[in-house]
Amino acid sequence: MGAAWYFVLAAMLTAYAVLDGFDFGVGIVHLVVARDDAERRVALAAIGPWWDGNEVWLIAAGGCFFFAFPRAYGAAFCGLYLPLMVTLWLIILRGLAIELRPQIHHPLWRAAWDAVFAGASAAMAIVLGVALGNVLRGVPIDASGYFHEDLFSGMGSHAAGAIDGFTAATGVFALVLLGAHGASFLAWKTEGELATRARALARRLWPMALAAGVLATWLLFARDPAFFSTVAARPWLWPLPAGAIAAAGIGWRALGARRDRLAFLSSSAFIVTMLLASAGVLYPAILTSTVDPAFTIDARSAATGSGTLAVGLAILGPALAVACGYFVFLFRAFRGKVDVAAYDHD
Amino acid sequence: MDAVAWSRIQFAFTITYHYLFPQLTMGLALLLVVFKVLAARGADSVWNDLARFWGRIFAVNFGAGVVTGIPLEFQFGTNWARFSSATGGVIGLTLAMEGVFAFFAESVFLGFFLFGEKKLGPRVHLASILMVFLGSWASGYFIVVTNAFMQAPIGCAVGADGRFAVTDVGRFLFNAWGFWEYAHTMTAAVITGSFAVAAVGAYWALMGEHLHHARSALKVSVVAGLAACVLQAFPTGDEQGKLVAERQPAALAAMEGEFETSDRAGLAILGQPNVAEHRLENPIVVPRVLSFLAYGSFGASVRGLDDIPRDDWPDNVELVYFAYHIMVGLGTILLAVMALAAVLLWRGSLLGARPVLWLLLLSFPLPYIATTAGWTTAELGRQPWLVYGLLRTVHGASPGLGAGDVVFSTVGFCGLYSAVSVLVLLLVAKQLARSPVPAPESA
Repeated sequence: MGAAWYFVLAAMLTAYAVLDGFDFGVGIVHLVVARDDAERRVALAAIGPWWDGNEVWLIAAGGCFFFAFPRAYGAAFCGLYLPLMVTLWLIILRGLAIELRPQIHHPLWRAAWDAVFAGASAAMAIVLGVALGNVLRGVPIDASGYFHEDLFSGMGSHAAGAIDGFTAATGVFALVLLGAHGASFLAWKTEGELATRARALARRLWPMALAAGVLATWLLFARDPAFFSTVAARPWLWPLPAGAIAAAGIGWRALGARRDRLAFLSSSAFIVTMLLASAGVLYPAILTSTVDPAFTIDARSAATGSGTLAVGLAILGPALAVACGYFVFLFRAFRGKVDVAAYDHD
Repeated sequence: MDAVAWSRIQFAFTITYHYLFPQLTMGLALLLVVFKVLAARGADSVWNDLARFWGRIFAVNFGAGVVTGIPLEFQFGTNWARFSSATGGVIGLTLAMEGVFAFFAESVFLGFFLFGEKKLGPRVHLASILMVFLGSWASGYFIVVTNAFMQAPIGCAVGADGRFAVTDVGRFLFNAWGFWEYAHTMTAAVITGSFAVAAVGAYWALMGEHLHHARSALKVSVVAGLAACVLQAFPTGDEQGKLVAERQPAALAAMEGEFETSDRAGLAILGQPNVAEHRLENPIVVPRVLSFLAYGSFGASVRGLDDIPRDDWPDNVELVYFAYHIMVGLGTILLAVMALAAVLLWRGSLLGARPVLWLLLLSFPLPYIATTAGWTTAELGRQPWLVYGLLRTVHGASPGLGAGDVVFSTVGFCGLYSAVSVLVLLLVAKQLARSPVPAPESA
């Protein structure tokens, strides 16, 4: 049961990264590709019906994490206290920027919220990348089952902080990748100059994202060659990196051929395969201890009782399927290019 | 102060602030459904106008509720890691259900409601607000059940390792405490929503503007408000009081300022508890009524704080006492206001009764205060326990978390929420100033 929940959670977090990822990406690139108020309204209208629902994947995944692996939930959240608090503030600021910008017609009001939206979106992308980096690298869990990590490495303490060389690399990777993802989304959902610029930017960011991905992977394997042998020992994982490479190639060609929907689907597939591959390599570890492997919190030691987990899966599984249905419905209802008139309700 | 005290202050602040928004949106969601149903039944455009007007205010409050709600789930882990670690297998279930059952429906269908009226047609529009209503009320249920577990744990057991496990899912999800707490909470939300709609209707009527809209808004809000105010006292408040008497005698004693056990306990209407001297100062007491309210008999024995070990007292008896009295006092006033308005509405003279319209206009903050006081009573009455009788608050905090970190984040939340307050008030004021009558279509 712990294994089932491990992969349910990995799938939910992956859905979150793909979905909120594109609206983070729109935030990252919109100052560059959308030049005036009319274009920025189009960019925001493109994510208008989405972003709030996308964010629910994080909240729902958080709830499921809490339920299935409470010991890991407690350890992770109190160990990464400050990074999490800052993340919460960023989420709040970002939501405010999206909600408040359209409410007042004033150039300075809108410019200010545009900057907040861009800054908070970029910071959130980095945060997600750094979080993934911490999970891959491990954290200093000790015999108590908890840890306490500083924000940065080398700031008056010898222990690795939440942000060190490797996790900074994963942070930059996430920033560039989600920028490309969001630009592809805008190219697909909008028209005219805005779409052209978004497509051109996506085509520039895409190879940079792949380069950052290769660098982060290399750093990971260099730090800990055991990852490589784990991948080698699990043939069921091999299709995932292969899929990521294929998605990277298809995405590049689709951007060149102006097949925007295919480009967006490719960047989505790239994120999905990459994250599921990460989960597949880490399994069963949830939080790897850098102090002693014996302190690692894994899907067995942290799990709620098996009976409760089965009941939980029976209750929550169908509801998750219904939630996926909502998103299909949403994609269909708002298919085609974005309609600004419906978004600006004043 | 230590990290635990600061964590309590932080959670109290963030959750109290957060709940200013859902109490309005949950109540308004019901009224929006009523407006859309009335709109679907007749040709009068007034109901769609009201749905659009309140839909915009709903959206501002909903957005603020979402962004201030996200931190709470994470604060369980950041500030209360031992509690999370011990109870995640129980309350993680309801929190996950809230996300999966309620939030997805709410957020997706709110998008339809706000952006899709023209594109999707009136039927889907009505279905959308219905889903938003169901989602927000389901969300309330899962949160209240989570709280009910903390107030009066049932359907679960503590293992030898200190970890909680669900033993009976049915009893955990559906129990008397959870049911009455939910009913009491939701009627309170309807009161907040009704008073808000009534206040704006009264404002229009006093200004002599949009009289048709004013009359329609007042009709719905006064009927809903009166029904909710009655249900608030009886049976929901009454039943909850009896459950508190049964499961949390220390909380009941603190609420009532009862220091001595008495088999003909009186109900203190006014008075100030003096905890050091174990007595109520300047009391005005209705004899024997507390015995009756708590146990249904004028001769029933009510335990006083003196018969309860000091370790098990709520650690802030004074605040529990006053919060409870403010809740009950305001609840009574709100019932009186709505009853008066309902009589005039029934006689058809509400729109001309200016003093009553003023009363409705000025009363809208009172439900917020009453609700906040009610939750303060419940949560401080639960102390010194996180899970009543099973896990003490001091044993639930995060290990190794310094007060400095918690003060830092608390100050950050204060600053951020101050900005949220200014912005929300600005936007709500802007929406309130708009006419409910739509501008003619410029084709």
